[in-house]
Amino acid sequence: MKRKLFLFGATSAIAEATARLFAADGGSFFLVARDPDKLNAAAEDLRVRGAARVVTAAADALDFDRHQQLVDEAFAALDGLDTVLIAHGSLPDQKRCEQSFAPLRHEFEINAMAVFSLLTHAANRFADQGFGTLCVISSVAGDRGRQSNYVYGAAKGAVSIFLQGMRNRLHSKGIQVLTVKPGFVATPMTAAFSKGRLWASPDQVARGIHKAVTYRKDIVYLPWFWSPVMRVIRLLPESLFKRLRL
Amino acid sequence: MNRRYQSWGRYPQSDQSATVLHWRTLPLPIAADSRPTVLPFGNGRSYGDVCLNSEGLLLDTRGLDRFISFDPEAGILRCESGVLLSEILALTVPRGWFPPVVPGTRFVTIGGAIANDIHGKNHHTAGTFGCHVRCLELLRSDGTRLRCSPSENPDWFRATIGGLGLTGLILWAEIGLKRIAGPVLEVETIRYEKLDDFFDLSMESDQKYEYTVAWVDSMARGKQLGRGHFIRANHAAPGARLLNAPRYRARIAVDLPFSLVNRTSARMFNSLYYRKQARPRSTGLAHYEPFFFPLDQLLDWNRLYGPRGFHQYQCVLPLSSDGREALRDIFNRGVDGGMACFLSVLKVFGKHQSPGLLSFPRAGVTVTLDFCHHGERTLQLLDDFDRVVLCVGGAVYPAKDARMSGSSFRQYFPHYQELERFRDPQFSSCFWRRTTGTK
Repeated sequence: MKRKLFLFGATSAIAEATARLFAADGGSFFLVARDPDKLNAAAEDLRVRGAARVVTAAADALDFDRHQQLVDEAFAALDGLDTVLIAHGSLPDQKRCEQSFAPLRHEFEINAMAVFSLLTHAANRFADQGFGTLCVISSVAGDRGRQSNYVYGAAKGAVSIFLQGMRNRLHSKGIQVLTVKPGFVATPMTAAFSKGRLWASPDQVARGIHKAVTYRKDIVYLPWFWSPVMRVIRLLPESLFKRLRL
Repeated sequence: MNRRYQSWGRYPQSDQSATVLHWRTLPLPIAADSRPTVLPFGNGRSYGDVCLNSEGLLLDTRGLDRFISFDPEAGILRCESGVLLSEILALTVPRGWFPPVVPGTRFVTIGGAIANDIHGKNHHTAGTFGCHVRCLELLRSDGTRLRCSPSENPDWFRATIGGLGLTGLILWAEIGLKRIAGPVLEVETIRYEKLDDFFDLSMESDQKYEYTVAWVDSMARGKQLGRGHFIRANHAAPGARLLNAPRYRARIAVDLPFSLVNRTSARMFNSLYYRKQARPRSTGLAHYEPFFFPLDQLLDWNRLYGPRGFHQYQCVLPLSSDGREALRDIFNRGVDGGMACFLSVLKVFGKHQSPGLLSFPRAGVTVTLDFCHHGERTLQLLDDFDRVVLCVGGAVYPAKDARMSGSSFRQYFPHYQELERFRDPQFSSCFWRRTTGTK
């Protein structure tokens, strides 16, 4: 199917890899990211890979006032819209966020509030037209709070629950709401980590997203093995969990 | 140690840090006067140490994997330097275009193909990969960006083609592709019995066939020396259809504690392979993947050679009778010296001159031989080969070398001093330090 996609955080590694798959299907794109040079490079790549149309807009996730306008621009530029993929994100410095609230709030606004803002506008337009896919990259980190990254986890957890509610609300309208929960992915965001066997490539995650969108899934863990792993982690009793160093 | 940052021969092993580059618009991630040196690293398919930089920093270019433009009328493709040939093939073959030159694996980056000025089975008609590069952009450690082509900064262009990644980071390149009717080739395989037959077949075939190569039974001696299968092919005309699409792929999933390649297994394999074709001639259609990249069907096949790694020795020798004698000499010494080689390849290079300063291919015959690394014994044998090659004015391929002496290198590649002048002062490699003595 040739989709018309709105990509927020379009120059993130997972978004780029996912967009390539939709470009090969002949999709059209409205790409939003901060850096115009990177946006341009991503847009050129998608055009060569088969995208029917690529429009770009440089914007910051925290520029809340522009969100509605961006969604409207995408509808206008592509003569309609059927898919929204929100893929921007930032990995907080957990230690710093434990020391003071300002950075914590900043991270929460990027990873959670900006997502809510974009979804609010996009969901209403999709509800009006009676079709569409809302797809957001959340994280396995949102499934349970851990001492090593609960600020990131709390934001992603909020996103996952928000999507759950929105899915419940929009199901009757024929709208797909997809929560993507990747595990460890080797991207620029995680460049500082040493990588073991559990790490996936952005391409692997992108194939999972493409498939989940196509088959109208609700929640996907990527790669798949995170689903049983997180089930076990969620089941651990809190009295035990609080003693673990995770 | 990170398994990704090894060369294909897994000898020598070298310890270095690495950083992945993602955007061609950003500056190099190094300070202006940083020590140690840096070296671009593509997909680690060169065999020896041209892609290693011990105690330095590797700039992993696989994150620079974007296409920039493609003109489906003219067949001109511009892409970032970390794009793999396999990714180009996936894009352009369905649209009727083929890379002008492909090596024996499709898992090489465009940057690596240029830096090593690779060649393929069509060298006699198309020359090297560098002959088809129209333009490229170089990022130097001082931040300058140089656009290079045969007409713009031509000196830099010449130094960068076959420049072993030392003139700066290739950000992107534009290449001219070749029109094809489809993914299919018409292939003829001829079993031949002795080395002279190979030269006769080459002479006869190079006029009419775009791709020619021979697989040689490297373990055969005496009258049978040089026997093998001569393979010649052209892209098939429109309408050629294959019943079987490319087959499955397997992977060597573990590091073996020893080498599966030894004299006994090599002799058995070579004999069987030589006899696998019952008739002296067979013709048929083949998909481009198994034809050009037979070894890509066994991913990570370099692990078969065990933990000590292996050498692939590739040299070019003149076509004169001296050159042929030298070729026989090398095969004989190889068998005497305990060579265990599964796949050995012979190919006659054409006269096409590459623009590259340090390009390896030149008119003559080229041979590749694989050797398990058995320490000093193997290095001695390869040094003996070098003496034979030097005697007749041949050369050894840097992209496959981990051991040639500085003096051999300087005789094979007399232009090395010119390349040294264009080398970025902050770029270096194990290979360059070893063969030129620079710091």
